[in-house]
Parts: sequence; structure tokens; C-alpha cells
Amino acid sequence: MWQAGRVNDSLILILFIALGVIVLGGLAFVLLRGPRPPKGKYPGTRDADDVQAPPEPAGTAEAPAPPRPERPAPVAGRLVRLRARLSRSNSMLGKGLLALLSRERIDQDVWDEIEETLLMADLGAGPSQRLVESLQTRVRVEGTEDPVHVKQMLREELIRLVDPQMDRELALDGAGEDPGVVLVVGVNGVGKTTTVGKLARVMVAEEKTLILGAADTFRAAAADQLQTWGNRVGVRTVRSEQEGADPASVAYEAAAAAKEEGADTVMIDTAGRLQNKAGLMDQLGKVKRVTEKVAPVTEVLLVIDATTGQNGMVQAKVFAEVVDITGIVLTKLDGTAKGGIVVAIQDELGVPVKLVGLGEGPDDLAPFDPEGFVDALLD
Amino acid sequence: MFNSLSDRLASTFKNLRGKGRLSEADVDATVREIRRALLDADVAVPVVREFVAAVKERALGAEVSEALNPAQQVVKIVNEELQGILGGETRRIAMAKTGPTIIMLAGLQGAGKTTLAGKLGSWLAGQGHKPLLVASDLQRPNAVNQLQVVGERAGVPVFAPHPGTTSEFDDPTGDPVQVARDGVATARAKLHDVVIVDTAGRLGVDQELMKQARDIRDAIVPQEVLFVIDAMIGQDAVNTALAFNEGVDFTGVVLSKLDGDARGGAALSVASVTGKPIMFASTGEGVKDFEQFHPDRMAKRILDMGDVLTLIEQAEASWDKAEADRMAQKFADQEDFTFEDFLAQMQQIRKMGSMKKLLAMMPNAAQMRQQLENFDDREIDRVEAIVRSMTPHERVAPKIINGSRRARIARGSGVTVSEVNQLMERFGQAQKMMKRMAQGKGMPNMPGMGGGMPGMPGAGGHGGKKGKGAKGKAGKKARSGNPAKREAQLKGGGQKVAQQGSSFGQQGQQFDQDAMNLPKGFEKFLGEK
Repeated sequence: MWQAGRVNDSLILILFIALGVIVLGGLAFVLLRGPRPPKGKYPGTRDADDVQAPPEPAGTAEAPAPPRPERPAPVAGRLVRLRARLSRSNSMLGKGLLALLSRERIDQDVWDEIEETLLMADLGAGPSQRLVESLQTRVRVEGTEDPVHVKQMLREELIRLVDPQMDRELALDGAGEDPGVVLVVGVNGVGKTTTVGKLARVMVAEEKTLILGAADTFRAAAADQLQTWGNRVGVRTVRSEQEGADPASVAYEAAAAAKEEGADTVMIDTAGRLQNKAGLMDQLGKVKRVTEKVAPVTEVLLVIDATTGQNGMVQAKVFAEVVDITGIVLTKLDGTAKGGIVVAIQDELGVPVKLVGLGEGPDDLAPFDPEGFVDALLD
Repeated sequence: MFNSLSDRLASTFKNLRGKGRLSEADVDATVREIRRALLDADVAVPVVREFVAAVKERALGAEVSEALNPAQQVVKIVNEELQGILGGETRRIAMAKTGPTIIMLAGLQGAGKTTLAGKLGSWLAGQGHKPLLVASDLQRPNAVNQLQVVGERAGVPVFAPHPGTTSEFDDPTGDPVQVARDGVATARAKLHDVVIVDTAGRLGVDQELMKQARDIRDAIVPQEVLFVIDAMIGQDAVNTALAFNEGVDFTGVVLSKLDGDARGGAALSVASVTGKPIMFASTGEGVKDFEQFHPDRMAKRILDMGDVLTLIEQAEASWDKAEADRMAQKFADQEDFTFEDFLAQMQQIRKMGSMKKLLAMMPNAAQMRQQLENFDDREIDRVEAIVRSMTPHERVAPKIINGSRRARIARGSGVTVSEVNQLMERFGQAQKMMKRMAQGKGMPNMPGMGGGMPGMPGAGGHGGKKGKGAKGKAGKKARSGNPAKREAQLKGGGQKVAQQGSSFGQQGQQFDQDAMNLPKGFEKFLGEK
């Protein structure tokens, strides 16, 4: 009976939750609609009789030229290295496929195995299947059984999936006086801080002025790590001295400092957060909102680890919802992982991969080149 | 995100009703679904292939074709096989007979080794040990610093003679092997009984670093070498695990970031490829978020079957016990469900996280997936605003809310009157639903329900629970166990209600499945309560 009582208790609890969820969900569906404008029209966030903030002191651009102890390597040679690296780490896929496609007849087994090989690259079940199907259709239409031709087709299909037409330019400049604001987000341990540091080097190499914001106030020593990157290339890092400070305030201060000093860009490093932590995601939304009080955020980069599997898609979706990501950085591509999940993410969300991280060296960050990526996959 | 495996299998088997036996083609279709579910969970392709073959063999055997419900039987087989690979028994840390027990951590960069060192330290300290953390990661910038902070948070001393690197540009100077050795010596001198050695993260392909790890291992002869792997890792899990197994020959696996929503197929891949047990799971950022690994739960998570169980667990974790009791009491006394209760309920649910995710967890969420995509959590705020714009009296007695009151509420909450009307209407429906449920109570007296719970035979539980589902929904008027009949009744109540109702019907069924297939898990949940 005691047991029964417990069962009963938990059942009631379950019923309550279920009912609550359903009622609330149903209500929300009924009320579902976009945010509406307020009834009266307001020209801005301030009231008419509000005291205007004093205008920003213009032209304090007399900042001393930062010491530049180091010049990062130019961006140009990086693609070559990307290609070399990729062909080293990813040759398995290319070879495997070639071996398969070199068979005389292409039957269902072969297609299954092609699909499996694509799956191994973390491409995801859906995209792999679609890729194989479109390849099958083309093989049937064109009536070819020549493996070289089929491989060529596979390359074309892969490139089509990766879509070279996408705009992969980083929006680093703000409109008018505003600095460009780059927000770097992602789950724990994917290499956000390192990416910010490397990107800072690239921008310094391109003669841009920038400021770093250490809005990762949670992880031990994250701000130190970022500051070290900044100091190395003579870039100031705005940080909070106090551990666990509000990341939004640090981000705001960084953006305000950039505006005041007339810097081209401010780059804000955020703490890693798992996408299913509602509170932390709200916090991230706040960081973005608060920063936008200074200047609109021009670029939100989601950093994804190349070893990430299908969860990468969930990450991208949730982050896109909260902070509207505009680009993806694929890190740790120097291992055996292939990072195929970004193909699926791009396909589904239309957010392009903009940069790839290739290793631990300070200049191992390269722009993403779709054709190079696919070529390296297949070579 | 994904349909649960049981949902998919159920639809596969829908066509089979009436058929006495399963043909091989039927089994093939089932196996394809299982394969897809495993791939979606990031289980490595070779492991999937092997696993699926094993399941297929068993599925063709007598146990399935003779079962009353083949779909359930297949899910059960899959679950058992998964648990078999993941290991049934939880393994404990092998303690040294004399001298300090040495635990070494290894893994990829960003897998969470340093954080884990702190957690493990704190966990061991909680068990009365006296651990010492040793900072042998001289590679990653500020890793030593981080370990010190983590150690401080965990209240565990840290041995860090070498500052390590502070930036990507310093060449790592110190000798991590020496640091590890000194750490063990220090532990011996200061009478620490456990030493946890944090090593540098490395790629599986990095020979140099792997050799360094090997050297550390050879130098300190640890009792346990724990391989830390991220639950989010995809197909690369196999390569990585094999490389580390070869490199440092780890003795156990720790699955990190399990508090995310990754399904964690990597656990299966690593366990299957290396045969090493998964010992711990790291489930959050705080030093206490660390637990022993539960193979049975992991199996369900990989198959995406544990949703209802997770929902309950989340509810238990975040619901205010007193509040829940109050609700249950009210419910039992058949008191009216008021806006005050509604507000309280809403707050409790909010604590459980995103509404969207909760809705998606409801069984049968697949049908509303499209709507779910458009769902905005802020809609809930609007609902709350409406309720909060009512006076306390209005909240307790919604009946008094007349036209002018509605207009006031609408003004107060910044919505239109029609939205307030809709809320009132739906609230009325919910109230009725609650009432009907309360009247159709007596759940503990249901046959096969309470007493039969532990290890109850499938059929008994099935009947009992189904009865509950019927009552919960259709109420006192018709306690029909016939799903079609129920549905017909519900259709009369308007489309919206029908939708809710069908969710509920499924809910009941889902419990059947859980209780029938997984009595072990359910029992456990009950025991833990």
C-alpha cells in the first residue's frame, strides 16, 4: 500500500506537469503571434522630456600606437596549409569512396556503403541519404557507370551542399561611427577564447584597430587567457577584475570603450554554455541585447568543434534562436575528425561556415573555402 | 528533435497487427529504424553495424515472434543489448593496497579534464579521502592556473610546482613527467591517499603528446587511467578511443558534458570498441555535478526513450515539494483549479526550462513539431501578464470576471480583450479537465497498478494503466478502454480539446510502454523518490 501511495503521488505529479505543459502550450499557441508594436508610437527608447545623454566626445583617437611585438603571418598562405592538412586527415573518406566506386557495377550495397562512409564523416543521416539519392538519380539519368565520372558527380553534389555562393565575409565594421561588434559563442571546450585570440591576430595583420571583451567571467582563468592573446598583438582587453561578474556588463564596457576610442571592431568572448541550459542561454541573449545599446552586433560567430556529432545541429539551432548566429567557426580540424556536421547545419539553417581552426599554432585560422574543403575531402 | 525509437517502431509495427508472425522483411524494416536511431545518436558506424546485426538475429528468434507485442519486445531486446555493452555493474575506483591511489586523466582538448579533476577531487573528499590534484598540463595556456582555481572551489589542495604556459606563444618548458612524479612523492610525504594527475589534452594523432602521456603513465604507475570524453563527440569517438587505448591503455571512461542534450552515442562506441567500462558521468559546471554512471539510463538516452522519465526527473528536481503536495491535496479534495494554482503551476514549469523543450518531450510531440518550431517561449510571459493583471479575488473566483473586468485586464496586460477571452475559455477547459480527472480518481485502487508495480507482468500493467489513461481523459462518463471510442468522444469536444486529448491518450500509452518494458528503470525511479 505504501508503494501504491508513492505510485499515486508520482502519478499525480506527472498528471499535473503534463496538464500544465499542455494548457500552457495550448495557450501559447493561441496567443502565438509576432511581437507587436506598442499602441502609441515612440521615436526611441527615451521619453521626450528625458534629459539627453551628453554627446559622445568625438575624436579621442589620439591613442598611442600600440606596441606591436609581433606580426601575424599573412592570411594568404593559409589555404594551402588547410588543403595540405585536410588531405592528410581526411583522406580516408576520399580513398574509401574511390575504392567503392571503382567496382564494376554499382548496386545497392555500394550505395549503402557510400552512405555509411558519408555518415562516418558526421554528415548526419538526413544529408547523407539525400546526397546518395541525388547521386543515384544522376547516375540513372546520365546512364554512367564510370567510377571517375561518379566521383566527379559526388564532388559536385558535395559542393552544391556546401554552397560556394554563400557570403562568407566577416562583418567586422560597424555602420558610421559605430565599431563592428563580433560576439563569439559556443558550448564548453570548443575553443572560443582561442578563436577570438587568433581572429584578433588576423585583424591586427589587416591593420585594424580592435578591443577584446572578456565576457567569459565564469571559467577559471579565461580572462587571463584572452588577455595574453591580446597583449601579444598589442590589443587592449576589457575585463572584470572580479570573478563571476555580469558578462553583459563586461561586454557593454568593451563595446563602449571601442566606441570611445574609435576602434574598428570589438570582439567579445563569451563563456561556454550548453544549449539546453535555459538560464545560461537567457544570459547570452542579455549579453547581446545590452551590447546593442552601444552599437549593433554585426557578427555572431558560433564555434563548433570538428569532433562534434549530431548534437552540433541542436547547438546551432538553439544558438541561432537566442542570438541569431551569422557564421560558424569550425575548430580542431587538425585531428581525425571531419566536421561533416557543418554541412548539415549550413544546409538546414543557411548559416555559412566562415572560418576553420586548424591547430594549436597562433596563426592556424583560415577562411573557409568550400571547394577546397570538398576537394580535400575527396582527394 | 527526433522521434523516439519506440514511436518509430510502433509505426513500423502498425501494419503488422493481426499478423501472427513477423516476416523477415518486417524485421528488416525494424532494424533500419534502429540503425537510424543509433546513427542519430552518434553511435559510430562500425558499432552500429555490429549492434544491428546482433539485434536482428535475436529479433528473428522465437522470443519476438511469440510475443504479444512484437514492437515492445524488439525495443526490449535493443535495450538489453545496449545495457549489455555499456556494462551492467557500475565499477568503482580500484584503490591501491599501499601508498596513495594514483588516478591519471587523459583525453582530447576541451573534453573537460581539468574541470573533472576538481570534481573527482571533491567527490573523493566527500567520501573521506584526502586527494591531491597534480597539475601536469603544462601545455595549455593557463591550465595550471585553472586547476588551482578549480581546486580552490572544490576545497582540494593542488600541487603545481611549475606555472605552466600562460599563453599560446610560450614554449612549454617544464617536464610534466617530473611534475607528476614529484606530485606522487609529495602526496606520499604529506599522507594524501589519492593523487589525481591532470594531463595535457591531446589529439589522438599527436604522437609526441601521446608519448608524453605514456611516459607519465610509466613514471607514476597509476591504479586508474581515466579517459575523459565529451558526450557530444560524433563519429570520431572510435578513432580517438582507439588512439588513447593504444597510447595510454586507459582503465575506465568518464563521459563529460552529459548535462547537455547530446544523446551520447559515443558512450556506446567507446565501450564497444575498447571494452573498457564507463565509470563516471560529469553533468554540469559546478564541482558537485558528478555522478557514477548509470548504464540503464544511458541506454534509454541513446534510444531517446527516456523522455517521460527525464521529464519526471526534471520535475522532481525543480518542483517545490511543498507546492506539489499542496497541489496534490487540492486535486484529491476536488477543489476548483484557480488562477492562483495556475500561476503556481506555471512558475514550477518554468523552472524546468524551456517550454518548447518540455512540449517536445511530451510523447507524440511529432505531430505538432511544425507548430513547435514556431513556438516562442515568451508567449508564456504574456499569459502570465494577463493572469497577473487580475485582482486576487478574480484569480480565485474567475466567474466574476465580466466584460468590464476583462477590458481592464486586457489594458493592464497590454493585450486585446479577445486574447483575455481566449485565455478564460481555455482555462475553463483546463478546469473541467482537472475536475474530471479528480473525479475519475482512485488510481491506487486500479487493478494491477500499485501492488503489481515491481516486476509486474506486462499484460497486467498494461490493462491497469490503460484504464487510468481512459479515466484521466474521458472521465466518468465513459471508462472505455477502447482508444477509438475515446477518440470519438473527444472529437465532440472541439478540435483543441481533441488535440490535447490525443496527447493524453498517448501519454497513458507511453506509461504502459515504460512500465512494461522497463520495469527496472521505473522501479528505480520510484525507489529514488
